Amino acid sequence: MTDEQQPVSEEPTRRDFLFLATGAFAAVGAANVVWPLIDQMNPDASVKALASIEVDLGAIETGQSVTVTWRGKPVFIRRRTQGEIAEARDVAFDALPDPQGDEARVTKDEWLIMVGICTHLGCVPLGQAGDFNGWFCPCHGSHYDTSGRIRKGPAPKNLEIPPYEFVGDTRIKIG
Amino acid sequence: MSGESTYNPTNGFARWMDARLPIMRLVHDNITDYPTPKNINYWWTFGGILTFCLVTQIVTGIILAMHYTPHVDHAFNSVEHIMRNVNYGWLIRYIHSNGASMFFLAVYIHIFRGMYYGSYKAPREVLWILGVIIYLLMMAAAFMGYVLPWGQMSLWGATVITNLFGAVPVVGENVAIWLWGGFSVDNPTLNRFFSLHYLLPFLIFGVVILHIWALHVPGNNNPIGISVKSEQDTVPFHPYITVKDAFSLSIFLILFSYFIFFAPNVLGHADNYIPANPLVTPAHIVPEWYLLPFYAILRAVPDKLGGVVLMFGAIFVLFLLPWLDTSKVRSARYRPLFRQFFALFIIDCLLLGYLGAMPAEGIYVVLARVGTVYYFAHFLIILPVLGIVEKPKEVPESISAPVLGGSAQAAE
Repeated sequence: MTDEQQPVSEEPTRRDFLFLATGAFAAVGAANVVWPLIDQMNPDASVKALASIEVDLGAIETGQSVTVTWRGKPVFIRRRTQGEIAEARDVAFDALPDPQGDEARVTKDEWLIMVGICTHLGCVPLGQAGDFNGWFCPCHGSHYDTSGRIRKGPAPKNLEIPPYEFVGDTRIKIG
Repeated sequence: MSGESTYNPTNGFARWMDARLPIMRLVHDNITDYPTPKNINYWWTFGGILTFCLVTQIVTGIILAMHYTPHVDHAFNSVEHIMRNVNYGWLIRYIHSNGASMFFLAVYIHIFRGMYYGSYKAPREVLWILGVIIYLLMMAAAFMGYVLPWGQMSLWGATVITNLFGAVPVVGENVAIWLWGGFSVDNPTLNRFFSLHYLLPFLIFGVVILHIWALHVPGNNNPIGISVKSEQDTVPFHPYITVKDAFSLSIFLILFSYFIFFAPNVLGHADNYIPANPLVTPAHIVPEWYLLPFYAILRAVPDKLGGVVLMFGAIFVLFLLPWLDTSKVRSARYRPLFRQFFALFIIDCLLLGYLGAMPAEGIYVVLARVGTVYYFAHFLIILPVLGIVEKPKEVPESISAPVLGGSAQAAE
């Protein structure tokens, strides 16, 4: 700082302070510049605008399934039979890798609505197939039950339930 | 790049240029007069072949990009447009798509050659690591290139691979969404993959220059694995090695041409001639043949994160190879036990490749698990232990010694 200062002083100098302050300022500035370059890869406004759809369920008979597209992903809508509902409820929690009650996965017992994407690596499972009469993913052999819960194979989680609500007796809004 | 320069400018212009930009000196010292061990065999010609493959991919790729449209509505049709309408488009595309396979064929031979002759050992560790980086970049480039035609395998291959990142705890899902630019593999994904597919070959080119630089500091390894002791052990790169490389490349091009002209789709997958459909997954998703061993490792593990970790681990273990192999003897010629385990390792890699193409069920899963365990055991157990327990054969005194019987006698 001044000429009187000891050459061996442990005290930080004004130069040390300026060096650190400048470095910190440059780092924050660089991070601010880099962020837009990274964030541009996230979903854009037009992609986000497609976030919700409405579906009319009126034409679906018991035991039938339809697949609709939501956010570019297939959504399975299945009107389950009484047998399938009973099968889904008659399972011990120990048998489930991702324990979840069937009641927690549906709003109305009959209607099972879930994202048709295998939680392993993103393939579309085949309906009414596999060892548990639910869905079977042909890519790496994951078996799901009549509630879309993982029972066997490499997938870690149950099929995802999208956010949805009934906007009429036979009409739902997904997203 | 190492040692004394032997360049001697012969005329006034060459001297003038040499004082300003010594590019002719660079060429002379690194290509024309670069000292190469005189005993290197045909397994050493794959470096040249790989350089040829890289240039071929860049040239054909730039041409294809002139006719291709990276949009989900047009990509598939623009590839068909290249095949049917563009003059020689079919030829250029078949060179490019089969060129990727030939590139990997050559790189696998190159890698196994390095493993057999101990080319990764001191002082060539950095050279080896740069090679593994090139290999990683090649896999990324090949994967993204396979997505561009936007067929069923393109879409679902991209879906499976990008979902691998979803296995990362906590941030995984956001990383996947960031990679996609949406909630699934869609137009933004295709667009950015095209951009990156165009970028990566130039990155590879840059790392190749570093790879050659790191090669030219210690110089080439050779089949007996002992260092060059004097000028007697070497020949100038040109014409001795250029001619050898050219002959080898000619043979390689015969095979390359066979695929281009007689079996252009045999290495691909028929499902990729079906336009991408996000609602239907093909019955068997199979990557290109050169990624199959890693795919087998991925599927061998009954746990999502575990499978992903082991698959990437199978590549990252290569970075550690120079330190995992504890033997000081480079060439397998003088390592009788290593030679046998090396053969087993190649069989294991081929087995994993075969299993990666088979459905993930029954006996195939069991075998894939055995193969995966052996793959890692080779690097993490067998190589470190072999270096300690193996008694290597006697290594010759010099590169010339085994040829000139006299000095071999003298060495004993």
